[in-house]
Amino acid sequence: MNKIETQNVNLHYGDFHALKGITMSIVENSVTALIGPSGCGKSTYLRLFNRMNDLISNVKIEGDVLVEGKDIYERGVDVDELRKKVGMVFQKPNPFPKTIFENVAYGLRVNGINDKEFIAERVERSLQQSALWGEVKDKLKKSAFELSGGQQQRLCIARALAIEPTVLLMDEPASALDPLSTAKIEELIYELKDKYTIIIVTHNMQQAGRVSDRTAFFYMGELIEADETKVIFTNPKNVRTQNYITGRFG
Amino acid sequence: MVSGTFTSVIVLLIILFLFKEGAGLFNQTPMEKGYVVAVNSSNPVSELSPAQFKDVYDGKIITWKSLGGNSDSIKLFRVDDITSYYTEEQIGSNFEHLGECISKLVQKTPNIIAFFPKEYADSSFKGKTINLKKITAWSFVSEKEWFPTAQPVAQFGVLSLILGTLWVSLAAILFALPLGLATAIYLAEIADSRVRNILKPLIELLAGIPSVVYGFFGLIVIVPMIKNIFHLDVGETALAGSIILGIMALPTIITVSEDALRNTPRAMKEASLALGASKWQTIYKVSIPYSASGITAGAILGIGRAIGETMAVLMCTGNSAIIPHTLLQPVRTIPATIAAELGEAAQGGMHYKALFALGCILFIITFFINLSVELISSRRKGGKNE
Repeated sequence: MNKIETQNVNLHYGDFHALKGITMSIVENSVTALIGPSGCGKSTYLRLFNRMNDLISNVKIEGDVLVEGKDIYERGVDVDELRKKVGMVFQKPNPFPKTIFENVAYGLRVNGINDKEFIAERVERSLQQSALWGEVKDKLKKSAFELSGGQQQRLCIARALAIEPTVLLMDEPASALDPLSTAKIEELIYELKDKYTIIIVTHNMQQAGRVSDRTAFFYMGELIEADETKVIFTNPKNVRTQNYITGRFG
Repeated sequence: MVSGTFTSVIVLLIILFLFKEGAGLFNQTPMEKGYVVAVNSSNPVSELSPAQFKDVYDGKIITWKSLGGNSDSIKLFRVDDITSYYTEEQIGSNFEHLGECISKLVQKTPNIIAFFPKEYADSSFKGKTINLKKITAWSFVSEKEWFPTAQPVAQFGVLSLILGTLWVSLAAILFALPLGLATAIYLAEIADSRVRNILKPLIELLAGIPSVVYGFFGLIVIVPMIKNIFHLDVGETALAGSIILGIMALPTIITVSEDALRNTPRAMKEASLALGASKWQTIYKVSIPYSASGITAGAILGIGRAIGETMAVLMCTGNSAIIPHTLLQPVRTIPATIAAELGEAAQGGMHYKALFALGCILFIITFFINLSVELISSRRKGGKNE
């Protein structure tokens, strides 16, 4: 079943045509990797799904973006509600200057949840889901900045999971991390896909190969090819995909 | 390098000059030159403070008891009163016996306090001259009475001026901070770049308006408004000064807070929004806490501006040296006092030196304000490295 669909989506930043007629489907409870050279539009495409592009002035979006069958760019859509359903993890770990506990609880609190027990229980579960609980359970009251970069990124994942989204967007979540932390994040992604629909932007070809079920290759704002990861990496239909994957450009 | 040294030397010289002139006030008695105060030789009191002396003269203290003596009532004697005790013949047509008469009168009246020219208190004088306590740094800042030209004893107590200054400045910040913060948030987070490009220079222009123009505006617009709203006899009140000072502090508060708010990392705001927080939740849960030290620095700089401001408060606050109990009373601030009185004070006199000492107090207050801004902003830089 398709969790997200885009139909002929065009996006302009002022005069710059960043996404050119993208039509694509994203399967529920799977990991979709978006790959392509810098500036190809893959991050812009990712940010369509939680309307993060709205923050930039001069953006014009055409076409349909359907999440669970509903057009999220229709008038009257509650963007805050959408973002609760579509969580996001950013390229660099960006915890708030608060305690570890409060970082994870933030999403609950802004949604009006004040029940202490409920929050504590949800914080623990989210930290367990992001494989961080064992490392931080004794220092929940410490500042999030005391954690290492890799731990901070897993904290950001826990923070996103705490409000129970159904879709998780990850914008190069491991690019600022060391190999060991990267391995942990990848393992985590693998475990999370049972419950979540994950879309991950990555520069790292091996990573896309390791974690994703489907892969989409973007080039100059166009979707060149999207298919099962196996197919993209072993038998791409388009010669540009093949060139990129084999490292001939990019 | 050379210019830096030169500037530092000039600044140091100014501070040195200020403190040297101001320090001259202390360890002096504020008695009118050439006069003495005397009592009966049996009177146990031998020293009075300037404030006590003034109260005796104003009839506020009427028994010796409160001055440390016995419970007799105080008999006040000025040299002009001599004719009610002695005839013209006894004094002499050229006052040649005046000294003797004063001496005799003081000797036979146990509850007298006499104030007369020093020349009559020669070696044949039988009474006891009283020391007037010297002005100390503590008496200067803790006494409430400011009558620098009062006779026979001038009063140099600046507590009411210090409190007046702080009162007006703090009230100004109470007006300016909410308004300034709201404007800063609007400019930093809500306004689109076109509106911002018009508003920001306009607000910075506010900082360039001469303070006398603000004072004029306050006097013509705000003072009558306050008079009418609160049905007062006079509109020149602490409130009027605070409003004007608040307006004058706005550009500082807005510019500094706006810069701080814009320094909130985009990643923090995006993280908050991505968790379903609304724009306003993001502003007060992420942007404001993140820039709290910058906003505090802006507020303190605003207070600093308000404390040192002279002209506008001089024109709007009514300038009476009393400790205000409400914002609807007139107050007098330190800068306004210096500006208004320095022209009338005799150079080198006690009044003149007292005004310099006031300047020192103002300098110390603003110095600590700047110091705290420095500390807060250095803490902010330290925090960013985390």
